[in-house]
Amino acid sequence: MKKADQSYCLGIESTADDFSVGISTFKGRILANIIDAYVPPEGGIHPREAARHHADVAGRVLREAFSKCGIRPRDLSVIAFSQGPGLGPCLRTGATVARALASYLDVPLVGVNHCVAHVEMGRLITAAKDPVTLYVSGGNTMVVAFDSGRYRVFGETLDVALGNCLDVFAREAGLHQSRGVPFGAIVEKLAFEGKKLIPLPYVVKGMDISLSGLLTAATALLKKGECRLEDLCYSLQETTFSMVTEVTERALAHTGKEELLLTGGVAANKRLQSMIRAVADEHGVRFDVVQTEFAIDNGAMIAWAGVLAYTHGVVTPIAKSFVKLRWRLEEVEVPWIR
Amino acid sequence: MDTLKSPLLLKKGAEANLYLGVWHSRKAVFKKRVVKLYRPAKLDVAIRVYRTVHEPQLMHEAKKVGVPTPVIFLVDVKNATIVMQYIEGKQVKQLLGDISGSKRGQLCFGIGQSIAKLHCAGLIHGDLTTSNMIVGLDGRVFFVDFGLAEKSVELEAKGVDLHLMKRALESTHYRFADSCYKSVIDGYGSVVGLEKLGNVLDKIREIEKRGRYVAERKREEFSD
Repeated sequence: MKKADQSYCLGIESTADDFSVGISTFKGRILANIIDAYVPPEGGIHPREAARHHADVAGRVLREAFSKCGIRPRDLSVIAFSQGPGLGPCLRTGATVARALASYLDVPLVGVNHCVAHVEMGRLITAAKDPVTLYVSGGNTMVVAFDSGRYRVFGETLDVALGNCLDVFAREAGLHQSRGVPFGAIVEKLAFEGKKLIPLPYVVKGMDISLSGLLTAATALLKKGECRLEDLCYSLQETTFSMVTEVTERALAHTGKEELLLTGGVAANKRLQSMIRAVADEHGVRFDVVQTEFAIDNGAMIAWAGVLAYTHGVVTPIAKSFVKLRWRLEEVEVPWIR
Repeated sequence: MDTLKSPLLLKKGAEANLYLGVWHSRKAVFKKRVVKLYRPAKLDVAIRVYRTVHEPQLMHEAKKVGVPTPVIFLVDVKNATIVMQYIEGKQVKQLLGDISGSKRGQLCFGIGQSIAKLHCAGLIHGDLTTSNMIVGLDGRVFFVDFGLAEKSVELEAKGVDLHLMKRALESTHYRFADSCYKSVIDGYGSVVGLEKLGNVLDKIREIEKRGRYVAERKREEFSD
């Protein structure tokens, strides 16, 4: 039996526009985390084009990950991959790479839930023990906390994800994304110059939120051309962030947990960070935000969640390693907590 | 809030603080919506005033259709405070785990009937959780916290309301969430009739499919 710090798990992430490979020791030391993002020439992510990108870069990203930490493929004990939720063609590409590696190296394969991996990575990086997590990205917007063997969703969007809402608005406004600068960062910069709060629909239903009507209203105002783009970006951020903050606070009050964790791509937004921090301060709980490299989609989190699952007896035989496009995180048993 | 002497904080909620006090020698709850510094002042005031004014109106309407809610004593818009009757009893949340399966079924059936009465009157509670229902000493189930309630006759709104009830049961009472939800639906159906029940159940399925990554949709579209 090898020591935990000399046993390695390689994780492959490919749920959406990022293809990433991470390597973690069984003790949670992250040795490599190489991310290659697909940037569409125009419009949103086309699943087929993104999957083609993933297939093109997979070999190079894998090689980079190995050379970064100086271990050989033969040193790996287990291969983890993000099995869902996500875009079908993208998931299948990552799964194919993972299956090939696992069968060639003759090591076990572990299918990991992408959302669970985000939360677990957040806990690893920040050392939070049992937090209420706000996970906000281009594809997901949910408030999650652990309860009796599983993570449970305490609130989520009923339609559009927060990151997607910002992205679509930015595209409608004719803004252009460049490598390394996501739409969210562009909107954040513009919002900083905004002064006037333009009323937009504020839709909180219980612990859930709805953003589609707000997005339509903001886009309509944009097309009318009577509002400054900066003011619209500011109002869009203030209103949507207030909504997610309100449901996060509700979940915190409801669960009585003592830590708040912010993760996902939108977690990089300073304004959102300040709102969630304000809630944490008011309730006297600890606040952590996951640093961007480990908050966006990344292979390291898949590797780490793979370690947790594998060391607690979870393996995914190749015959059962089909991808699960709509795999909810409350379906996943979490035997590594308590 | 000069009538609130030596306020005892009952609960620090997400949006409001509940204080126990005395209102003209009656035991009363003071619900004060607190300033949220995280959001812009303009948005903050708009949300708090809107909810302070609307909540008592809708609670009153709920009473009219036979769903017990606390009696409103005073609405203080300036301080975003509602003064209302204190209900002696236990939250459904606290009770569910302690009672027998058949009692639990009866309780949930009654809750379903009350939700149906609200919906038939075009009232949407908006936050149907088991902590927002109190079983009074006389056994009646009081609905509280109408802070997110709205008036709507849309099937959509009713569907979301029931979907939230289901979600609340799943997240807090997962052990018997299924049987509780079934009783709620039975109770609901006993009031609205089979046809309307079918419509709202179809709507709930549609809402759940619309939500991202829902298990049911996965089963239907099982591809790989």
